[in-house]
Amino acid sequence: MKLNSKSLWLGWILVLAVLLVIVCLFSLGVGAVNIPLQKVLVSLTKGRGTPEYTILFAIRLPRILLGLAVGGGLAIAGVVLQGMFRNPLVEPYTLGISGGAALGVAVNIVAGGPAGIGLFSLPISGFLGAVGIISLVYILGTRGGAVKLARLLLIGVMVSFIASALIMLIMAMTRTEDLHGIIFWIMGSLEEPDTSLIRAMLFISLGGLIVSLFFSVDLNAFSLGEEEAFHLGVPVERVKKILFLLASFLTGCCVSVTGIIGFVGLVIPHLMRLLVGGDHRILLVTSFLAGAIFLILCDTLTRVVMAPVELPVGVITGLVGGSIFIYALSRKGASF
Amino acid sequence: MGRPMLEIKGLSCGYGKRIVLHGVSFQIKRGEFVGIIGPNGSGKTTLLRAINGLLPLTKGTIFLEGRETHQMARRSLAQKVAVVTQSPEAAPPFSIEEFVLLGRIPHWGRFQLLETEGDLTIAEQAMVLTGIASLQERRMGELSGGERQLAFLARALAQQPQLLLLDEPTAHLDIGHQVQIMDLLRRLNREQSLTIAVVLHDLTLAGLYCDRLILLSEGRLHRLGPPQAVLREEVIEEVYRTAVIVVETPLQAKTAIVPVPGGD
Repeated sequence: MKLNSKSLWLGWILVLAVLLVIVCLFSLGVGAVNIPLQKVLVSLTKGRGTPEYTILFAIRLPRILLGLAVGGGLAIAGVVLQGMFRNPLVEPYTLGISGGAALGVAVNIVAGGPAGIGLFSLPISGFLGAVGIISLVYILGTRGGAVKLARLLLIGVMVSFIASALIMLIMAMTRTEDLHGIIFWIMGSLEEPDTSLIRAMLFISLGGLIVSLFFSVDLNAFSLGEEEAFHLGVPVERVKKILFLLASFLTGCCVSVTGIIGFVGLVIPHLMRLLVGGDHRILLVTSFLAGAIFLILCDTLTRVVMAPVELPVGVITGLVGGSIFIYALSRKGASF
Repeated sequence: MGRPMLEIKGLSCGYGKRIVLHGVSFQIKRGEFVGIIGPNGSGKTTLLRAINGLLPLTKGTIFLEGRETHQMARRSLAQKVAVVTQSPEAAPPFSIEEFVLLGRIPHWGRFQLLETEGDLTIAEQAMVLTGIASLQERRMGELSGGERQLAFLARALAQQPQLLLLDEPTAHLDIGHQVQIMDLLRRLNREQSLTIAVVLHDLTLAGLYCDRLILLSEGRLHRLGPPQAVLREEVIEEVYRTAVIVVETPLQAKTAIVPVPGGD
């Protein structure tokens, strides 16, 4: 019977992988210029030089790949943190990471960040902001070498508040054109002109999935409580540190490349838990795929819904994600 | 013959600056069934936590088969010692079978993600032994108190430990389930020569099942010996500060402890 559940796992992975391919093809075809599916396939294989080819490869494909990396990365960061904290309300942004990144970017925009690194200036300042806040939260959240989860969470929430207060302060004292830059960044977007950054993000995100999978069994033990996990031979303190750093790093990278895209890290792990159960071995893989699907789809919608105006992707993730989640909860309402 | 299963020498430990256990020493031989008794707050649970490495030791050492437990890696300790904790918290999101299989984790390699046929067989045996094999598809949240306790016991058995530590396994259970659990423990002890140390509040049960009793009082070892030497009226009255009568039962050489209501 256990083999049955393993083939069920394989089934979920296959279904989601197929969905991902479908969503990618759909997203390739849709936009300011609609390209029918047949033409997409033809252009992809032997359309070099045509205008379709340029649109697909230079504009749409990079966005899709970034959506895959960031959607997947945020979703597994969410799974890891929710599993570790055993708290369904925790998400990658709860711990102040997004606040730190936004603060870094705001400071950069206002102070006129270091010249000469051009395109990388905002991602780097965002990443530095995130790293600074994570270190602060981590240092304040540990006592005598032991990570106190409840403490870490409270500190994270408080640091978030402080960061957003500082951002508001900066915004209140800023010129209009800078203000627009900050707001635009905070709303998040998959528009990213630099392909090496996208490649790096894909690498980081897939790496994060693989590393977290090797801790999936420990996360299963964590769902019984820290003490039970300890009794099952999990080196609790070490695992907590590794997982916290892993989730923070993933989130920090995502946020610094795309800005703050909410909801993926909160909702996708929940939806997948309703669907495939609480075993982190399958939960991580399906959440990665579902996060990628969800973000690519939302990003496609931003281009379609009010074309030619492009909506901020955070608006769509919030609206779509929230509605789907409430629907799923009310269907399976018994478990909550 | 050979090294003792567990040897504790001059153990002091506690939580931060508050020391709970003061200089406790004793040995448990391989294949023994030992009861740990004492009033609330006397340090029984703390003792179990110290044995399993959850608490840092202030003083003293603990040896498991001659090896110092605080020097051992978590995983290798969990391969030898399994713990059933007191009224474990909220229902984990697993079926019984998935839950019992978690007991196999200590035996897995660092990069192992899937259970083997052998793991499934061992988990199956543990569920058969504890009589919950028919429930294996049920969710942990759907179980009664007695079934839950059996599931936790099955998970501990799936660890294939040499030493099984239990913290009040019969708490909150009716008398039928209490006897079911204790009978099961005795069978495991006799048929599989599993060494068992169990914290019990029910002195009569402790006397009925255990080979030896460890009586703790205010963090110190008050008395250690076979039940008839420990469960004496004057000893219990002194430690628990309540009057009791120890009565003979029709069971061979077994006694029952009856409290005397106060104010009469």
